[in-house]
Amino acid sequence: MEENKDLVQNTNENNTAEQNFEQEELTVTQATDSEQDNAPVDIQLEDGESPLDKNVKLMSPTRMVLRRFFRSKLSIAGLVMLIALFVFSWLGPVICPALGYDWGEIETDRTGNIEYTPYEVEGENGSFVQIIVTDNGVNALAPISPTHILGTDEQGMDIFTRLMYGGRLSLSLSFLAVFLTSFLGIVMGGIAGFYGGVVDNIIMRLCDILICLPTLPLMLIIGTVLDANPDLIKQDMYIYVLMGVLSLFSWPGMARLVRGQILFLREQEYMTAAEAMGYSASRRIFKHLIPNILPQIIVSMTLSLGSMILYESTLSYLGLGVKIPYASWGTMIEVISKRSDILQNNFNVWGPPGLCIIIAVLGFNFIGDGLRDALDPKQRR
Amino acid sequence: MFKYILKRIGISILILFGVSLILYTLLRCMPTDYVKMKIIALNQAGADVTDAFIKEMYKAYGLDGSIIEGYFNWLKNVFSGDFGTSFISGAPVIGEIFNADRIGTSFFVAAIATVFEFMIAIPLGITAATHQYSIRDYVVTVFVLIGISLPSFFFGQMLKDLFANKLGWFPVSGMRDPTITYANAMEAFADYARHMFLPILTVVILSIGSRMRMTRTNMLEVLNSDYIRTARAKGLKERKVIYKHAFRNTMIPIVTGLAGLIPSLFSGAMITESVFDLTGIGSYALNAMTQGDIPVIMTYNMFLATLSVIGVLLADLMYAVVDPRVKLA
Repeated sequence: MEENKDLVQNTNENNTAEQNFEQEELTVTQATDSEQDNAPVDIQLEDGESPLDKNVKLMSPTRMVLRRFFRSKLSIAGLVMLIALFVFSWLGPVICPALGYDWGEIETDRTGNIEYTPYEVEGENGSFVQIIVTDNGVNALAPISPTHILGTDEQGMDIFTRLMYGGRLSLSLSFLAVFLTSFLGIVMGGIAGFYGGVVDNIIMRLCDILICLPTLPLMLIIGTVLDANPDLIKQDMYIYVLMGVLSLFSWPGMARLVRGQILFLREQEYMTAAEAMGYSASRRIFKHLIPNILPQIIVSMTLSLGSMILYESTLSYLGLGVKIPYASWGTMIEVISKRSDILQNNFNVWGPPGLCIIIAVLGFNFIGDGLRDALDPKQRR
Repeated sequence: MFKYILKRIGISILILFGVSLILYTLLRCMPTDYVKMKIIALNQAGADVTDAFIKEMYKAYGLDGSIIEGYFNWLKNVFSGDFGTSFISGAPVIGEIFNADRIGTSFFVAAIATVFEFMIAIPLGITAATHQYSIRDYVVTVFVLIGISLPSFFFGQMLKDLFANKLGWFPVSGMRDPTITYANAMEAFADYARHMFLPILTVVILSIGSRMRMTRTNMLEVLNSDYIRTARAKGLKERKVIYKHAFRNTMIPIVTGLAGLIPSLFSGAMITESVFDLTGIGSYALNAMTQGDIPVIMTYNMFLATLSVIGVLLADLMYAVVDPRVKLA
């Protein structure tokens, strides 16, 4: 509700004085010049004598945010990009086999042919033909064709199918890691901000220490630790552990954000009012504090979804994340760090996963950017 | 002020102790340390490895004893100025890290990249802010967001493939062309610069985005403030309003941000350097980490941690210097 009032005040600045006596719960919007072009829902004034209720539209803060969000073309683009990727990754492996395009994530195409290369050799007793037989049992690095929409990689596995499975992994992993990081950050930041004093000091110093630890080197160290103990964790669970550890080290950013917001909000009049009304601590926290921090948290989470995907793919590229033969977008690119011939000749092997990473991260960044604009009550758009 | 700085330095030292303890513990927890790998290699080579020899080896590398013991040993050595010798090369770590090839290369790349980053990102941020919600704003935003979203390894390899392999404009990798003997220093530098071009380009494009967004946000905030309205109201030219009144205030976070750059100038771009086979500190540390070279990893990371602690402190102090409204307490 508090946020609602803030929004109301901000919107009111745009409005004429005659509407200011409206109830505070109502969000009053009037078609301003900039809104007329793209907001047909607003009703225009008719010669200054129109009834008030025609000018007044009731809008909840959520609806306002949504409307502002969907007004930005970039956020819609981001949403479309991500939905497309999600559909591709989750429904793709279900639909494709039904359409007769049936390759598994780690299935090797063994339909390779036997190649005969004849050579004419000049010998002492005249010339004769020598035939070199190459057994390409594995259809590796196949070109783009109907059997393999994007060809196959150096192990003869279908790239198009692996893109889908890699997408499942990369996307779900980033969500898991972001939720874990945010949870830790919100709890720690919340405790620090709400209680203050010694607790605050300890948590903030811990944050300082963790921020000083360089993340990528740390992940490399932990990656090698896991690498050396193959019996400890199953290979396909490996990246989950790694991302979990990453969350353990990357919550300070969120904690600082939450703490800062709480410290700021604690001093606001309505919090004093809530305390004076005798509300319990839990009601003050969950009904008054959290809804006001939520916008910043959501924006920061959306943006970190993108960076988590980047992290995951970087780790996989370094050979620390998802292990071959299992697919992730980073692992699929890894091969070019070892084989420059693939880098030069087989763009279809490493291009598509890279594009997928870019689309995913860009999608999250567009949405995060749009949300930030939409949730900012100072923006009048 | 003086008291504040002293207090902050004290806290920073505590932080550094915490960082070093965590790092050292993690490193020692690595199950295959350097010695174990060496013994495995010796075994495979058919050498006769006795238990006594293994013990000797651990002792020689200072890895015998508990983690706590090892940590305090390390600490004691550091305070007496001894950062240890690299396990891999056997040379003193300080000399390994602080030479022109390693930190020099990384600094060269990072410094030039930072200059370009500022030169490109700040004007872009200002135009995006002054033309908010226009086509120009959209185009700039989309391009820099794409820049942020690029995975460094993918983008680096792509540039390498396109400009080095396909077009042949730049050398594929490495620091210098071994087939050329330089006639003079100019030629040597030109070759060096040609090798550095693609890595610098990669770093610049990846880093423009966040700085441009920062400039844009700050500029928008300033443009909405009262004194800008006043400046416009008294009839100043728009140019003057933006570059004299608004931009100067946008400079505050930009200038304080400079201090925060200190660690990134020396840390080296790990991925970019390894993509382009540069001998910078980043790829060197990457290699040390995969092989468990504890002295190198400790020194490198503590060096960076120290720099970032100093950077944060300087940034706060700069704030007070640049913005008279900020009072340090």
